[in-house]
This record gives sequence, structure tokens and C-alpha cells, in this order.
Amino acid sequence: MDQRQKYFRNYRQEKSLTQRRVIVSGVLVLIMVGILVSRLFYLQVVEFDRYQTKANDNRVMLIPEPPPRGLVYDRNGVVLADNRPIHSLTITPERVKNFSVLQDELNDILEISTEEWDAFNAKRKSYRRPYQSITLKQHLTDSEWAKLSVDLYKWDGVQVEAQLTRYYPYGEAFAHAVGYVGRITEKDLQKVNPDTYQGALYIGKSGIEDFYESDLFGVPGLSKLEVNARGRIMSEIERQNPVPGKDIQLHLDARLQQYAFDALGDYTGSVIAIDPKTGGILALVSKPSYDSNLFVRGISYSDYDVLRNSPRLPLFNRALRGGYPPASTIKPFMALAGLESGFASWNDRYYAHGFYQINPNGRRYRDWKRGGHGWIDLERSLIESVDTYYYQLAHKMGVTPIHDFLEKFGFGKSTILDLNGASNGLLPSNEWKKAKYREPWYPGDSVNIGIGQGFMVATPIQIAAATSAIANRGVWHPPRMAKQVGNSIPQFSESPSGLQNITLKNQRNWLKVTEAMEKVISDPKGTARRLQGTPYKIAGKTGTGQVFSLQEDEEYEADKLAKRLHDHALFIGFAPSKQPEIVIFSIFENGGSSSKPADLSKKLFDAYLLDDYPKKYDYLKGANS
Amino acid sequence: MNASLYSRVMSFTNARLWKLAHIDVLLMVSLLLLISGGLVVLYSASGQREDVVERQMVRLALGFGLCIVLAQLPPKYMRRFSPILFLVAVCLLAAVLFFGVGAKGAQRWLEIPGGVRFQPSELMKVIMPMMIAWYFSDRHLPPRLKHIIIVLIVIMLPVLMIARQPDLGTSLLVAVSGLFVLFLAGLQWRYIIGSFALAPLVGFSLWQVMHSYQKQRVLTFLDPESDPLGSGWNIIQSKTAIGSGGIHGKGWLEGTQAQLDFLPESHTDFIIAVLAEEFGMIGCITLLVGYLLIIARGLYISTMAEDNYARLLAGSLTLTFFVYLFVNIGMVSGILPVVGVPLPLISYGGTSIITIMATFGILMSIQTHKKAR
Repeated sequence: MDQRQKYFRNYRQEKSLTQRRVIVSGVLVLIMVGILVSRLFYLQVVEFDRYQTKANDNRVMLIPEPPPRGLVYDRNGVVLADNRPIHSLTITPERVKNFSVLQDELNDILEISTEEWDAFNAKRKSYRRPYQSITLKQHLTDSEWAKLSVDLYKWDGVQVEAQLTRYYPYGEAFAHAVGYVGRITEKDLQKVNPDTYQGALYIGKSGIEDFYESDLFGVPGLSKLEVNARGRIMSEIERQNPVPGKDIQLHLDARLQQYAFDALGDYTGSVIAIDPKTGGILALVSKPSYDSNLFVRGISYSDYDVLRNSPRLPLFNRALRGGYPPASTIKPFMALAGLESGFASWNDRYYAHGFYQINPNGRRYRDWKRGGHGWIDLERSLIESVDTYYYQLAHKMGVTPIHDFLEKFGFGKSTILDLNGASNGLLPSNEWKKAKYREPWYPGDSVNIGIGQGFMVATPIQIAAATSAIANRGVWHPPRMAKQVGNSIPQFSESPSGLQNITLKNQRNWLKVTEAMEKVISDPKGTARRLQGTPYKIAGKTGTGQVFSLQEDEEYEADKLAKRLHDHALFIGFAPSKQPEIVIFSIFENGGSSSKPADLSKKLFDAYLLDDYPKKYDYLKGANS
Repeated sequence: MNASLYSRVMSFTNARLWKLAHIDVLLMVSLLLLISGGLVVLYSASGQREDVVERQMVRLALGFGLCIVLAQLPPKYMRRFSPILFLVAVCLLAAVLFFGVGAKGAQRWLEIPGGVRFQPSELMKVIMPMMIAWYFSDRHLPPRLKHIIIVLIVIMLPVLMIARQPDLGTSLLVAVSGLFVLFLAGLQWRYIIGSFALAPLVGFSLWQVMHSYQKQRVLTFLDPESDPLGSGWNIIQSKTAIGSGGIHGKGWLEGTQAQLDFLPESHTDFIIAVLAEEFGMIGCITLLVGYLLIIARGLYISTMAEDNYARLLAGSLTLTFFVYLFVNIGMVSGILPVVGVPLPLISYGGTSIITIMATFGILMSIQTHKKAR
């Protein structure tokens, strides 16, 4: 009863209490709705741009499509660098239910190395766009591909993808000329635009592949795809097709290249053949060599170790970087230098003893012929390769005129237009010796230069290019590999090293030197008389370069020396001598006698000029020859 | 013209027929408007699946049926049955703990032979405020400390049972629905302020009892970017969906986040993000206005109610309804942790629609069973 009374008493008060609380709640509701609205305002108005971008990034997947790489042909249309389809095993991790089971099952079917799994797992765990596949194993063999295809349906998220890979069909002979592509490294990406190379597998690492990378690569395509959260492609928004890389045709003649490579036999060495009319390189051989295809897949450590540690240095490009004494092949250039500077003339006679001395009791600089050549003139000095003549000539001239003259022929410089990594060789000078040894230039230094020894170092490509300048009578065409890039002839600034056509005080001297070089073959006493009997005339010069210095009275006796101490054997030549079509330089390291490079050159002259190739090279003939 | 339209609307809403059918026209019309809008969004959010929309319509029809049935029941009977219903609901919750079924490590459902599943914790959302309102219905207001403590114990019992399932979201909502009654009953401000001061302590102890996945939710809420592909994915994607909608939205069925499945749970808990993406801020505000109409009507019904029980119950049910709304939008827009609260009346899903329609049935009953004055 008491309660009831209270109830009555407080009824209105209680009602208004609750009503007040309801009103307070209503106000709170409005405040909280205000919070929600301001949150929406923040997201939808203030941060709109950010979220719009984010939503688009979600929705749009950009898939770069690497362009097919341009092919490399020889002058007759033989493909030297090709593209071939390969198959790779890729996995989309998000679609795989149980990784360890999958790993076991795949390991049962394929040989997958732990490195491959590790690389895969590293990629899987790093931050990446979900639902994009990761390559597990590249270069599946046909049988692996077949085995996989049978079971592929069993695994969700496992697929085989096809890609184009580089392939070099003709192996070792072309490795140093054409070069190779390899996996793109961080360092490579610093040199190129990384966006362009997204999705690309390879980048040119050496040779033509390296120098013409930008032409060969092409322009990547881009697919703008709309994808859902599971990476499924819903539609294609936009598509730019890739522009294939430009094909490159080289001056190289594949048959000549292979023939030259084989003709070196087991010797290490180098052969360069140049078309003097254009400077186009017909053959660029460095032996031993390697299989470029090894690098395309990413060379294994063991394979690389074998190549790198081989004492024969197969990775070393002798044609561009091999530093050799030019030896007697320098004599035609020295003869011209003497004529040009007035220290030599065609008419002067000289008595050639078996040695040369700067002063009566001084060191004896020996001639290759023990008793000497007797009375000779300049022409005969070339024919018989008289060392003492050039000792005295160089001694009289001193280093500066020699340096300045030889420089015009590209010695001491890198002259090749379109291969990277050529070395400068060494054309010594007064200043050079002072800087290098802090010693003055001694007369004896000049004497050695006279026969292309001593400080002088030249690379095969330098000697070949200089020889073609003689063949061309001073007209300078820097050596080059590419004949055509895409549809156009590559444009070079004609004298990248500042070299210009050489004009002699008496231009007839070109002809006279050439005639003397002809007689190196045709004269009964000529050092290359073994090359007689060709239907065209060869002009040439032999050379044997000392690998080590003989003591003053020591005899060079080949059979007593280890092979690695045998003289380098060199030959330069061009034919037909009056209208040269081909210049050849060849060197047999430790070849001993210059008959080897001379014989090789004759084979190549016959092949190139008379189409006299052994039958076995027909596969490299090409469609256009 | 305006006056005649207004009078026509008023005469329609005040028609005797509605009163006899115990239907509150304003509430019913607001609900129908909101629900039709919701179905439009659901069609888009479900990936244009008509079967989903149809099933939702069936549930809504069931909900409206229950609403109308409950509206016929006079509040005095509700009051009388409140404690019994509460006991039954607590027993069912106990049964869940022992015989419940569920998924993902949570036991939330009871399976009735015949294949029907239901969630006793949903029932509790309605029964809890009934119980507390009943407790205060013939007691002196504002409540004395003794009663406050008793009520708190009554609230805590089912709340802890639900929290053990574990279902943190529902247990908090059930607690809130009981606490609202206490608040409306005139709980002294000193207690309110005092408990807010104690909140950090409670928060700490809650942290201690939380399950690791619940802790994870709170942690990702605080720093969703820390796990962008895992637990933070939901929040990042829903914020992206909302933000990219801008003011006008991308257009119906044009939301890329929703249509391309970047938005998880797009037709259930995160449906507001679909609305925000496709209809923009304009759409969101329209939705909020719709909800505010319903809430305003609910609060109005509460203030006009005949007795304490009805007043407290109507107020608490309305405010709880608002809390669903606030928690859902708050969590989807990234200002509250993801606790799994659906957007009332719009999210796809059975039990919650039925419960919510039941609350509106109760509100209508309270409004239409008043003795004419």
C-alpha cells in the first residue's frame, strides 16, 4: 500500500525523468550521427583522391608484355641470334591449398633443385600483388613438360607458361662477335629505364646484343586489365601491342667466321676479316670461346668456374682486348712513317748485318737472320722483313714522329664503332713513359718499336683496321659490325676517335708499299712466298712476336721452349691487292712460325674471293649468298 | 495545396483502421522505405544475384509478419511474461554453451530437429530490455543503489554467457540494451560519470579475457596497414570503397570495389561500403536520414508511452537499434573495431532482421495500445 502511494506520488516526476533521459539520448544520437557524417566526409570528400587512386590500383592490373627481341643475321641472312619458345612452371600461391603436399608431389615428377624452391619461396614471401604467378622452374624440357601436362589438372594454381628465349644456333665461333643476353641484374637496371624492362627476361650483356640493346629490345606492350580480388581478369581496358625489336644484319659472313674459327685449330688466337671498302667486319674470331646459350639461362656456378678459371681464357675477347706486340706486321707502317718523315726513301741502300748497335760497344739488336741480309733497300726490307733496317730507322726517327704517324692508323685508340669493351692497346710516347715509369725515353726503346716490339701493344682489331687503311690507300673506314639495323643503315659519326683519311706527302707511296707487300708473297725470298699461286694477288706481311725477351746472345730455338713461350705468329694481308675486297689479320698465340697465320689467311682469301669453302660449311651459306 | 496534402497525410496516418490493426503508419512507412532502398543495394552487393534478394525478401516478410503479430500483443502482457521469457532465454543460452553448433571456433547456434538453426543471443537482444524494464516497472525511479546492483548482475549473467560463445559483438549489444534501460530509468549522473572514469580499467581487464582473434581484431583496427593482406584487408578495402565513392558515387552496379570482390562480406556486414561506393556521400546521408526518422519515431513513442515499462522498453529498443547502426557504420568506416555487427534491416542475414522487426512490433504495440485520452 505504501509503495502504491509512492508510485502515485511520483508518477509524473518519473515520467518526466525518463522523458528527459530520452531527450538527452536523442541529442547524443544526433552527436554520434554527426561523428559518422564527418567520418564519411573525411573519407569521401577530403581523402577522395587518395581512395579513388587506391580503388583504381586495385582494379587495374598493368601487365607489361615484353617485345620479341630483334634477330641478328649475318650478311647472307643466316640467323645468328634467334628467339625460341620455352616453357616455365609457374605457381599462383594464393590458389594453392597445401604447399608442402604440392612440393612433395612436384618433386616426385620433376627435378626441382632446392635453390629453385628457395628462390620461389623468397619471392612468395616478399610483398607482391596477390594472385600473380611466380616462376618455379624455367626451361622445362619436352619430357618434363609432357609429364607435367598429364597431372596439371590436379593442382589448382599450378600452370605451365610459354615465353620466348634467346637462342644462339651456331655456338662457340660466334660468341665473341654476337655476344649474349643474360638475366637482368640490379646493375643493368641502373643503365636502362626499369619500367621498360618490367616483365623482360633478358638484357644484352656483351657483343652486338649489348651494343644494340636499345634497338634489339623494342618497345614493350602494356595490357591494362580489369581484375577482381582473386586476380581473375574481368575485361581488357586498354592494350598497347609491343613493338618488336629491330632485326640487325651484320657485315659478318657466317661461313667465313666459322671457317676462320676452325682454321685456328687448337691454337688460341684471333682472326679479323674486314671489308676495306666499308670497314664492315666479315669475321671476328677469338679462340677459345664458349657457348653463349649457357648465359641465357643463367650460367651455373660450376660452368662459370670452368670458363673463368681455364688458363686459355675462353671468356677473354682477344679480338678486341688481346694486347699483342704487332711484331713485323708494323714494318709497312714504319716504312711509311720513315718515308713521310724523310728518314727513309725507296732508293737508299743499306747494308744489313746480323745485328744492330746504337753505339759500337752497345747492346746488339739481333736480326732474325743470323748472318744478316747484306745490301738491301726499303722494298727489300719489307720483302725479307729485315729487322736491322727498322732498328736503325726507328733509332734515327726517335719516338715522337713514329707515335704521331702510327696514331693516324688508330694505334693506341679504340676504333671499332659498334662493340663495347675494345681496349686501346698501347702506342708508347715520350710523355707516356715519363708518366708511367718516371724515366726518359731511351734510344733503345725506339729501336724495339721499329720491329713492333718493346712497349708497343696492339689489339687484333687495331692491326686489322690499320691494315685496311693501307689497303684503302689512306681512306679510313672505322671497323663496324652492323650493316643494317631495322630498315636503316646505322649512322655513326665517321671518326669517333678523331681519325681522318690519311694523306701522304707522296700519295704514290701507298702503291709502292702495297707492291712491296705483294712481293712478300711473290718474291722468291719473300717471307710469305708459300702463298704463291693464287689467281688473285695478295699483299701481306708476316710477323712473329716474342713472348719473352731473349738474352743478347741467346738463340730462339722453338723445340727447346715450352709451348707457351713460343713466339706469337701473325699475318696481315689483303686481296686482291690492287682493289682489295678483304683484309685479314690473324694471330696464332705461341704459333711459332708465321706460316700458320699465312696459310689461314690464304684459305680465307680463297674462300671469300673464289667461294672456295669446304663443303661442310654449306649450312652457313644463307639465302642471299 | 501544402496544407491539404499535409492534412491528407495526417488523416491517412491517423485513420482508425491503422489504430485497429495496431500499426504505426509513420514507423511502418519509414521501415518500408529503408528496406526497399536496402534491397536495391543488396542486389548490387550480392553480385546481382536475384536469389539472394528473394531470400532476403522472404525474411523481411517473415519479419513484418512477426512485427504485426507482436503489435497486437498489449504491452501489459509483455510485461507480465518478461521474467519468464528471460529465464527461458538464459536456459537456451546455457544450452548453446553445451549443445551449440557453429563455425570458425564459435558456438552460437542451437539446432532444432528439422534443420532449423537459431541464435538465442539474438533473442536476448529483445528480452534483456524487457527484463530490466519489467524490473523497474513498479519500482521507484530513479533507482536506488541496491536495485542498480541487482540489475547489473541480471545484465551480466547472459552477457557473460554470450561472451563465452564467444560472440563479443552481440554480448556488448545485449549489455548495452540493458544498460540503456538503466540510463532511461534515471541512473544517477554520478554513477555514469564514475563508470566512464573506470572504463580504462574495464578495458584492461576485458583485454585479459579476450580471445586471440578478438585481440587481433582490435590490433588490426588500431593499425590495419600492418597486415594489409590478412586481417587489415577488410578495413583497408572498405575504406577504399567508401572513399572512392566520393560525393556522388560511381553509380549503381558500377562500384569496382564491390563488383570485383575487393570488398569482403560486401552483402553482409560491409554492405554500407557498397552503398557509399555506388551512391556516394549523398546516398549515405539519405540512408542516415531514413534511420534517423525511425529512431526519432521510436523515441517519440517512448516519450508518449503510458507507463514506465513501456517507456523504458521503447526507449531502450530504439537506442539499441541506433547502436547497431552506429557500430556497423563505425566499423566499416574504420573508427571502430570490426566486431561483426550487421547493418540493421539492410545487411543480408536471417536472425538479425527477425529480431529487429520484433522490436518494431513491440514499439507499435506500445504506441497503439494506449487508452484514448
